[in-house]
Amino acid sequence: MLYIPCPHCGLRNETEFHYGAEAGVAYPEPNTLTDSEWAKYLHIRANPKGWLAERWVHYAGCGRWFNLWRNTITHEIGPAWLPFTTKPKAPGNIGQEGPRV
Amino acid sequence: MNDTLSPGTIGRRQAAALPEQPPQLWKSVKPKKAYDAVIVGGGGHGLSTAYYLAKNHGLTNIAVVEKGWLAGGNTARNTTIIRSNYLWDESAAIYEHSLKLWETLEEDLGYEMFFSQRGVLTLAHSVSDVRSKKRNLYANALNGIDSEWLTPAEVKKLVPIINISEDVRYPVHGATYQPRGGIAKHDWVAWGYAKAASDLGVDIIQGTEVTGFDIRNNRVQGVHTSQGTIAAGKVGLVAAGHSSLLAELAGFSIPIQSRPLQALVSPLLEQVLNTVVMSGAVHVYVSQAHKGELVMGAGTDAFNSYSQRGGFHVIEHQMAAALELFPIFARAQVLRTWGGIVDIAPDASPIIGLTPVENLFINTGWGTGGFKATPGSGWVMAHTMANGRPHELNRPFALDRFETGHLIDEHGAAGVAH
Repeated sequence: MLYIPCPHCGLRNETEFHYGAEAGVAYPEPNTLTDSEWAKYLHIRANPKGWLAERWVHYAGCGRWFNLWRNTITHEIGPAWLPFTTKPKAPGNIGQEGPRV
Repeated sequence: MNDTLSPGTIGRRQAAALPEQPPQLWKSVKPKKAYDAVIVGGGGHGLSTAYYLAKNHGLTNIAVVEKGWLAGGNTARNTTIIRSNYLWDESAAIYEHSLKLWETLEEDLGYEMFFSQRGVLTLAHSVSDVRSKKRNLYANALNGIDSEWLTPAEVKKLVPIINISEDVRYPVHGATYQPRGGIAKHDWVAWGYAKAASDLGVDIIQGTEVTGFDIRNNRVQGVHTSQGTIAAGKVGLVAAGHSSLLAELAGFSIPIQSRPLQALVSPLLEQVLNTVVMSGAVHVYVSQAHKGELVMGAGTDAFNSYSQRGGFHVIEHQMAAALELFPIFARAQVLRTWGGIVDIAPDASPIIGLTPVENLFINTGWGTGGFKATPGSGWVMAHTMANGRPHELNRPFALDRFETGHLIDEHGAAGVAH
């Protein structure tokens, strides 16, 4: 069970949240995209071994979306931040870093 | 049959005698400088690919390169369920091909793997569940796949320990039953393929990690490994759990998210369950292995991870559902839990075929249910690698379906217990 720092409610159990995968995927202008670019927007999400900037929603609390750095090898939790605010740097080598991000 | 599992029986029952293993099943070799084909990943699917490349296509100058030990990933971490009663024609075709191969596999490989067609029961717990399971059943009938509808009373007759009371959170409203489904001993399946492939001249190289690809003019020429570069005419990526990382190393992206999937076993118990019981709605699937341990699978964790461990609350949730269905399990204990990393595609169907890089092929995305496909997956992957184009059974599972929109959505049909 992860303890996840909701920026609004503080540390809460993972079971109060839903996962939203990679953070910061901008919604494109569909009419300007090729099929391949549209497919990439729809289906391709980061899947790194190491630190991942990802989205969570605190559905059983404030109900709001936020972003979080989390390590996919060690499950260490990094800083959380709100959408449209400055993204913090990925945490350093506090855990075992993956070979690639 | 007793109505309760007495704790006194736990651990006392003699394990069924297993056949003696020869001291060595496959030759341990150092990598050669070059091969006609290299398969990255020494799990069930990689080994079966190698075996069928050698047996069906006469390619014997090939190697399987495995980062860890043979079958140390998902091959020996799954709950060994085998079935083919999938909803969509494309899925039904490839899984049924696989099931047909299972039916003669022990003779074909000359190796026992405790394949047991004890039937797979998939429970329905609500009106909509009944409708969707019946839809699945009719689709199976059209595809010539054995599948029957059982009433709650018939379910109880087949599985006497199940609770069919209406007075529970998820009452049993019926079930589909595939009599030809079943289980096999998963590590033995990998060993059987490894032995048979090795006997045909395939090199099996363990403890060797692929760190990159030699790609020139968009054509793969070999793989860089922790034991140096190995030249290869063709390369197949069959490394579920790490497919997207390997694809990145080769310069392209695939629509895969990697998540932990957990399973657990009880100690050895008297035989109380002689079929496989699955329930997507309550997140549980269970069978009893030959030796007597109850083997149960949970759902995936919610987030991406490479840690090969999952959250305990996922197991807890699954145990609660299992206890409601099987009250006598309350007396059993959890002996061991573990996790594997599953590669999941957006439509919960596999990706098997060509990649943007010439002579580089991929086989991934089996999600939470790849074990059952081990023979069929290797069969079509070998065909694809040998001919440079897909077999008719894996053509629909091409990587480009995410661009064309021809997805094969097995989420609904499979639920969590895929």
